[in-house]
This record gives sequence, C-alpha cells and structure tokens, in this order.
Amino acid sequence: MRPPVSDLPLVLEDVSLLARDVTIVRDLTLTIGAGAPTVLVGPNGSGKSTLIRLAMGLIAPTSGRISWGGRGESDGRRRAMMFQRPVMLRRSASGNVAYALAAAGVGGDARPSRVAELLAQVGLAHVAERPARRLSGGEQQRLALARALARDPEILFLDEPTASLDPAATKAVEDIIRAVAQSGVKIVMATHDLGQARRLAGEIAFMLRGTVHACAEAERFFTAPATPEAAAFIRGDLVI
Amino acid sequence: MTTRRIFLAAALAVGLFAPALAQEKSIVVASTTSTQDSGLFGYLLPIFKQASGITVKVIAQGTGQALDTARRGDADVAFVHARAAEEKFVAEGAGVKRFPVMYNDFVLIGPKDDPAGIKGTKDIVAALKAIREKGAPFVSRGDRSGTHQAELALWKDAGIDIATAKGPWYRDIGQGMGAALNTASAMNAYVLSDRGTWISFKNRGDLVIAVEGDKRLFNQYGVILVNPAKHPNVKKEGGQAFIDWLISPTGQKAIADYKIDGQQLFFPNADVPGA
Amino acid sequence: MHEGSSALTLVLGGDPALYAIVGLSLFVSLTATACAAAVGLPLGALLALANFPGRALVTVTMNAFMGLPPVVVGLAVYLLLSRSGPLGFLGILFSPKAMIVAQAILVLPIMAALTRQTVEDFWAEYRDELTAMRVGPLGRVATLLWDARFSLTTTLLAGFGRAAAEVGTVMIVGGNIDGFTRTMTTAIALETSKGDLPLAIGLGLLLIGLIFLVNAAAWGVRRVGELRAG
Repeated sequence: MRPPVSDLPLVLEDVSLLARDVTIVRDLTLTIGAGAPTVLVGPNGSGKSTLIRLAMGLIAPTSGRISWGGRGESDGRRRAMMFQRPVMLRRSASGNVAYALAAAGVGGDARPSRVAELLAQVGLAHVAERPARRLSGGEQQRLALARALARDPEILFLDEPTASLDPAATKAVEDIIRAVAQSGVKIVMATHDLGQARRLAGEIAFMLRGTVHACAEAERFFTAPATPEAAAFIRGDLVI
Repeated sequence: MTTRRIFLAAALAVGLFAPALAQEKSIVVASTTSTQDSGLFGYLLPIFKQASGITVKVIAQGTGQALDTARRGDADVAFVHARAAEEKFVAEGAGVKRFPVMYNDFVLIGPKDDPAGIKGTKDIVAALKAIREKGAPFVSRGDRSGTHQAELALWKDAGIDIATAKGPWYRDIGQGMGAALNTASAMNAYVLSDRGTWISFKNRGDLVIAVEGDKRLFNQYGVILVNPAKHPNVKKEGGQAFIDWLISPTGQKAIADYKIDGQQLFFPNADVPGA
Repeated sequence: MHEGSSALTLVLGGDPALYAIVGLSLFVSLTATACAAAVGLPLGALLALANFPGRALVTVTMNAFMGLPPVVVGLAVYLLLSRSGPLGFLGILFSPKAMIVAQAILVLPIMAALTRQTVEDFWAEYRDELTAMRVGPLGRVATLLWDARFSLTTTLLAGFGRAAAEVGTVMIVGGNIDGFTRTMTTAIALETSKGDLPLAIGLGLLLIGLIFLVNAAAWGVRRVGELRAG
C-alpha cells in the first residue's frame, strides 16, 4: 500500500490564463486547504469555471504556479470533477458508475458492490439499469456525482452543480454534497447562487473579472465583506 | 465489443492465410471468353473431373490476357486460339509445347438490313472492303484476343491498314465476345464472332450471320502447359493430365458431342498435323 | 446455372449454383467489411484524437481514398499477389482470400474516414468528462467507438454496400471462376456478356434485395440496441 500523497494544500500563485489575446484569469492567487467546503462565487464570466479547471489540472496556466500538496506535478488520481452539464455515457446508470470505477483503477471483482454503494449514496439505486441518457436532469447530475465519487477523491470539484435544476433536485444534490463534505472530502464548488453558498460554504472566495477579489470564512464574508464590490454582489447588484 | 471484434478479425486473418488443410486436386486454366461464353467448359469440365478427380478452375480472358496470365505464372495451362501468339509463347520459353485441340470458325455477324450489302457472300475480304467503303458500323473487340487478332489479320488480307483507315464507323471497345455482340446488337453493327459464342448468345436483336464459310475464317484452338522451369509453382502433372485428356479420343469425342440446339460448336482436330 | 431460367425460378427452385454464388458474395463482402472495420475504426478514432504534424494531409488523403476506383485496387492487388509479384508465394490469387483482401483495402478508407468524422464529433462532447476521469488514449478510443456504435453502424453499412456492389476488384483478383470465385456481381457481368439480359437483371434485383436485407437487419439491431441503452 502506497503512502497516501495529498494534493492539499492546493496553491495557485499569480496564475494567469490567456487565450487568443483574451485574458481569462489574471494574477490569481488562492490557497485551498483541507477542511470545510471552499465555495467560489461571483458574476458570470468572472473566471470561476476556469479556476476550477486549473485547480483540477485540466488546463495549464499561461503563467504562474499551481502546486498540489507542495508538488508542481500531480497525477490527479485523487481529484474528481463534476461539470455543470455532465455528459452521460451511452450505457446504463450502473454502467456509467462502473466505467468511472474502472477508469479509477478499481478491479473487476470489487466493482459491482461499489457501484451499488455509490448509486445508493446518491439515491439512484432504483434506476440502476435505466439508460443514463434517459434520466431526468437532477438524476443525471446525481449520477455525475456518483461517477466523481467513484474516484474516492480527496478533492471534489463541482462547477455549478445545480444551475439547471429545480429546487427539489437542488436540495437532493446539496444534501449529498453536505454528506460528502462531512465524510472528509474537500469540496471546491463554483456557484452563482448566493443562497447555496450560504448553505454549504465553509470558506468563500469572491471572484470578479478574472481574479480573486476577496476570500474569507463564510460567516465573515456575508456579514462583513472586505470590498465594496463584494458587498454590492451580496446585496444583489449587478457588479460589472 | 471492439476487443471482441478485433479478436474476430485477427482469427479470420490467421485462418485466411493458414495453408489449406485439404489439398484438393485442382489446376488453373487461362482461357478465352469464347470457350466460356459458348458453354463448352461447362460441359467438358465435369466429364474431366469425373475421369481424373481434378477440378479445373477457368479464368476466362481474351487470348492476349490469358497468355499474359500464363506468362506470369498465375495459371498452369493456357487454352487459347491465336496460333501465332501461342507459338511465340512457346518460343520464348513461357510454355512447354503447343498441342492443337479443336477448331471452329468465325462468322461475320451483321444487321438484318445489311447496310454494306454483303449478306450471303462467302468472301470475307470483299465483305470487309465493302464495310469500309460504305462506312457501315463495325464493332471490334480490340482486346488482343484470338478473335481480335484474327480480325486484324483479315483487314490486312483485304489490303486495308485499319489503324489509319478506321473512322467513326469502326468501334473499338476493348472487351470480350459477349460484350462485343451486345454492343453490335445495340448499335446494329457488324462484328466478327466465333460461331460457338454466336450460337449460344441470347441478345441477338436484329443481328444475323452475314458471311460464313470462307476458308480464311478458320479458327484453331491450341493448349499449352506453362513452363514449370520458369514457374516452379505450376502444377505440371495436373496440367499435363488435362492436356492429355483433351487430345485423347475420349476428350476429343466429348468436344464433338457438345451441341447447342443440335448444332455442333467445336470440331476436334488434335490428330491433324500442323493444325 | 440453368440457361434461360429467370432469377426467381432459380431462387425458388433452390438452384445450388445460385445459392453458392449468393453465399460467396455475402461471405467475401461481409468478411472484407469486418477486416476493414477492425483496422479502420481504431485508425479513424486515433486520427480524430491525435494531433501530429501532417494530420490534415492524412485526413484529406483518407477522405480521397473513399473514392478509390475498384478496378484500380483490383489491378494493384493482382500485381501484388501474382506469382510474379512480391506476394506471389502466398498463392492466393484467384481465390476468395484474394477477393477479401482486395475488398478490405477498397473499403478501409471509408471505415477510417467516416469513423474519424463521427469520433471527432463525439470527442467534442466527451472530452471534458474523459479528461477529468483521466482516461488514457486507448481507453478513449475504445470508449468513443463503443459509445458511437449506433452512428458507426451506418459507417459499417456504407462499407458493406460498397464491397457488395463492386465488380472491378473481385473480377480481376478472383477471375470469376465458375464454382469458386463467382460472385453476384461477376455473375451479372457474365450473364450480360452472354446476352442473357433478363437473367442478369434478375440477379441484379436479387443482389439489391440482399443488400436491403442486410441493411434492414442492421437497422433492427440498432433500434433494439438504442431502446436498451438510450
């Protein structure tokens, strides 16, 4: 058994990303440590999704440094991500979870029981054999969550996980996220829903125009925001 | 699923190229379209197989192409009808020895309404001259087959240099006898054909025999074993067995017995010296 | 085959020669399609996923080769397999094996080019998820080919259609030998040259009917599969 290698603390230092002369994020500095969920909030286009992709390791920065647990390179074995509009593989729900387990290196014998556990964890045991693409929006989101959890992640990245869901489905997903967070998985989540941020966050990072504007523990962020833009955002004004 | 498919294809590939488990006795004979299209082989080969147990696989091409196939070693025996080309084939060492087998004759086929005014004549050379003068449509096989070579020889006998004399009336199609007859039928043109193919041809349209009986329309068939010294893969026992059977009394009688509508198509003459 | 019979009489009467020809046609074309697919599908997928200098040129060439003239392929394979040619020692000229090889070569570009296009579209959809799940290159190829399987049936049918319908390749490398390498298409060519046009047309309709059946079967398999897997 290999000694566990941690990706935390996840540190971004002066990270910038340019694409075709357009600056998407600039001088981004953020430290994500173990513990309660880190929630990224901010208006659309502020770079929340990009930050998550950078931290996940899907894209490389144009400049700046990202380190995982002090290492510049990390194989990402224990990071998982759920996208805003997850893509279901053309197979059953359990097939999707089995696929994720296989990709994560779980052997054939162990898979069936893990599939059942994960589906139960996200409340999809009753649709295990249904074609995944025929599940409802909320069910697909939960299945994507199960796929991400199949990797037994240390960090779970979530990009607007309930943006397109109705309140009931949103609650179902939030409950799972809360339970996962309590089991010790580090959650890094982007959301434009302040209420959701309030419900789930331990720590809030407020992003604006491609950089981290303010970062504080949740209670302090909402009661005493550090910058006027943060305050405006919390009030519900359009922050340009 | 992809993995399974890959394995299946790999297994097929191995199976395809593994050597044949049961070596059935067979030979490859490169022959002409006239022997195939007239149905002669369909009649003869089962008799030969019964007698010898050897399966004959026939590749039907024009004489020129058949001799080329034999030259390349892709056939064991050549069975064609262009004496000059056959003798050259043996002379250059590609074949062992030429044996005459049978003959039939060529006939000049033409439209019923006879635009060149030659129907009934027995003089093929005069007929060709008339065709050329009147510019009546004429289909040539143009494929170096025995029939094509015979046609060219007849133009020469008529004193016509067809390469320069040909005009739009001369349709050189580069295909086999059946295709030539089909084309002539569609165009209402004259065409030189061997009698065997003509008798068994079904798409005659308005075509009839225009000229026949000229001695110059004699069409001799010969059979040659491909030289095993040049191509060690040649099945010389089987090939020689086929040749021996063709020129034997049994084979010769079988050839004479082949008839369509009571009409004999090929006349055995293996015993005629100098044929 | 009996002179003067119509194709229908031969089918209904169970004429063994006709059934042998039909069987050979299906065997050669289906096998050739399977072999071409085994190589062409992964090749097309790799081409869709990989990025290398000259990729555009390879893609254009592959697309162009979808229109390879069958008679040219037949001639090239003939020269390769001839006893006087480099692969003559295999001794497979004028046999169904040669026909399968030649048709597989003919159909391979179709498999690869159409797969490339399909997989490229699927990759655009799957890229994020597969990258996040850290699926390696071979895994990506396998996953995309499997998930695109219904779209790929059309590719397979296109390849099969081309193989079953062509005459130039199998005529040259097979030799149209009665009882051994005579397929539906070469039989049609032969009956045409013998002037038996009604029989030739009848065989032609029979061939079209067979191709239709294969397509219908594939459609059925696809529908059942789609219903089960969404």
